[in-house]
Amino acid sequence: MNVPALRKMTVLAIALAFGAAGCHKKASAPPPYTAPEVPATPAPTATISAEPPAIDLGQSVVLNWRTTNATSVSIDGIGAVNVNGTQTVTPSSSTNFHLVARGDGGSAEANVRVTVRVPETPAAPTGNADMGSDAEFARNVQDIFFDYDSYDVRTDAQSSITASASYLAAHPAIKVVIGGYCDERGSAEYNLALGENRANAAKTALVNAGIAPSRMRVISYGKEKQFCTEQTESCWQQNRRAQFSLDR
Amino acid sequence: MQSPSRKFNVLLAFVAVVVTTVVPARAQDWFKTETSTGVDKIRIAAADFKQGSGDSAALKRTFDSVLYADLSNAGIFDLVSKSLLPQATPGAPSEMNVQQWSPAPVSAAMVAFGSATVQSGKLVVNGWLFDTKNVQYPQVLAKQYSEDATDDSARQIAHRFADEIIFRLGGGIPGIAETKIVYVHQAGGSKEIWMMDYDGANQHQITHLGTVSLSPRISPDGTRIAFSSLGKDGWGIRMYSLVLGRLVNFPSFGGTNLSPAWASTGNSLAFSSSRTGDPEIWETDANGNGAHRLTSFRGPDVSPVWNPRTNAQIAWISGRSGLPQVYIMDADGAGVTRLTDIGYATSPSWSPNGQFLTFAWNRKYGPGAPGGQDIYVQEVAPGAGGSYRWVQVTHDSGRCDFPSWSPDGRHIVYASTASGKMEIWSMLADGTQKRRLTTNGGNDMPNWSWK
Repeated sequence: MNVPALRKMTVLAIALAFGAAGCHKKASAPPPYTAPEVPATPAPTATISAEPPAIDLGQSVVLNWRTTNATSVSIDGIGAVNVNGTQTVTPSSSTNFHLVARGDGGSAEANVRVTVRVPETPAAPTGNADMGSDAEFARNVQDIFFDYDSYDVRTDAQSSITASASYLAAHPAIKVVIGGYCDERGSAEYNLALGENRANAAKTALVNAGIAPSRMRVISYGKEKQFCTEQTESCWQQNRRAQFSLDR
Repeated sequence: MQSPSRKFNVLLAFVAVVVTTVVPARAQDWFKTETSTGVDKIRIAAADFKQGSGDSAALKRTFDSVLYADLSNAGIFDLVSKSLLPQATPGAPSEMNVQQWSPAPVSAAMVAFGSATVQSGKLVVNGWLFDTKNVQYPQVLAKQYSEDATDDSARQIAHRFADEIIFRLGGGIPGIAETKIVYVHQAGGSKEIWMMDYDGANQHQITHLGTVSLSPRISPDGTRIAFSSLGKDGWGIRMYSLVLGRLVNFPSFGGTNLSPAWASTGNSLAFSSSRTGDPEIWETDANGNGAHRLTSFRGPDVSPVWNPRTNAQIAWISGRSGLPQVYIMDADGAGVTRLTDIGYATSPSWSPNGQFLTFAWNRKYGPGAPGGQDIYVQEVAPGAGGSYRWVQVTHDSGRCDFPSWSPDGRHIVYASTASGKMEIWSMLADGTQKRRLTTNGGNDMPNWSWK
């Protein structure tokens, strides 16, 4: 171990010692104010409650908050509000309402969680349960992009294919639909055939990486469903892709 | 209309310009399509018909304007301008004095005239065609029509009378005034199949599927429309019966199934199918049975069209060599020949006489080279030296695609953005008389009926 590293560790140890000492002090005596000449401004306080705390999807809940010594109060997702007040909200999913009260004496926070009971989708109770969320799927199985008028999987897409294949291998319940897309140039019929080749190229790449072909199906969208509608190369590139989605 | 010698001068000028600038690999040829067979156009006058009863005025106006437009659109007449017509409106042969019509400036060789009368709820039209050079026996044609007294009846009667005249004077080729055009209309996120008269009238929706339906192709007998539609499992060929007014059964093949095409017998369909994992051209009978594959080559194969005269050949679009090109093969898949040399070529349509293909072509296509996509007409058989002669028939008129021949071989309908919106246009096959048929935008993929 070299000398600078040793010094760093020493500093860390001292900091830890101070931190531990601070905790002990708090228990025994109030912390000394660094600016004791303005003790007249007390720190704000805040409370927030929700009634009822749990609702079904589509129902409303009343938020009720009280603060003291605050000059401005805001709630995330709602914005600036009165220092004391109530508001009716209809969240579509379970939400933490986070209130921040600021005053001359500092700031205070308060939280309340509203639980929204979303009805379970009754379809396919076994298989789909293991497919995970769309967001998680999209993070792990990413679109691959193609060169102009080409359906060859580019070398820069190989790492993405490898990552997708390992995720699919780890989640055997997932079935995938692969959409083949083209940019807006050229003719509609030809682009649908080209999109079919792109989606199939992506499928073949995953098959070569060990994923069973029976877990995947392909649909060509050609230029019928444009992801990006500007007439620029970057936009066209975004449209020239094979897109993976959960096949629920 | 340019005369052949005028065209030749244009060609000389064109060649001179080309030679002094750059020598292309393949110069554009002028050649004659059916619309310019060297025969002088017949000068014909369409008299305003005589109003036979007080309540027929509006119907007669419709009839007069539709008949005039049909004769003008036909591409085989030199139609006398309305402002040159004599004041008289003869309603019957006894009121017709051909000597008023033959001298200049009318100079009509033929006169169409007659009367329109409403009798007990029926529109009765009597129409004649007279030859002004034959003073003794001038009558060429005499027709009577009786239909319900509606504006649409007046329109359809005018179409039928026009087609009689065109058939009689146009070398025995039936006119197209009674033909239809099927096309795709986009509204919101869905595309449905629509249909209209050849002149853009009577636009009406056929399908109500709420999805994307493309490539409508009407059957040779005019009773069915084959098209491709996006369902839950991808693109399938669908079949709509115009007789039953609903979809009829057509088997589902799996994969992406696109761009159906009818053989002129009405007994076979060719289309693109990827049931084997790669888009290839397949053939089935008209009910989707007996499927067999015609092409076998990696890459997109789509947009087949039969040689309607022989049904012995199929032209289609293939990306096997890179950018899409027009190819041609025997109907059994043998004898594959590439017809276009460069660029990006799509959407072929085969002329009724079997001699020509029309297709959309962007000869300078590629990244960074946004050339125009225009309609071209090319000979199917190579000329001397093995090269194919072609002619460009749209110029600087937006992005053009999906040309389709009319059954008389004199017209081409196509989609173009020339007006700023995607609309259906028609023109004579030599590129003259361009007319926009739709105005509401989102109209694409026209297909002309067979009769």
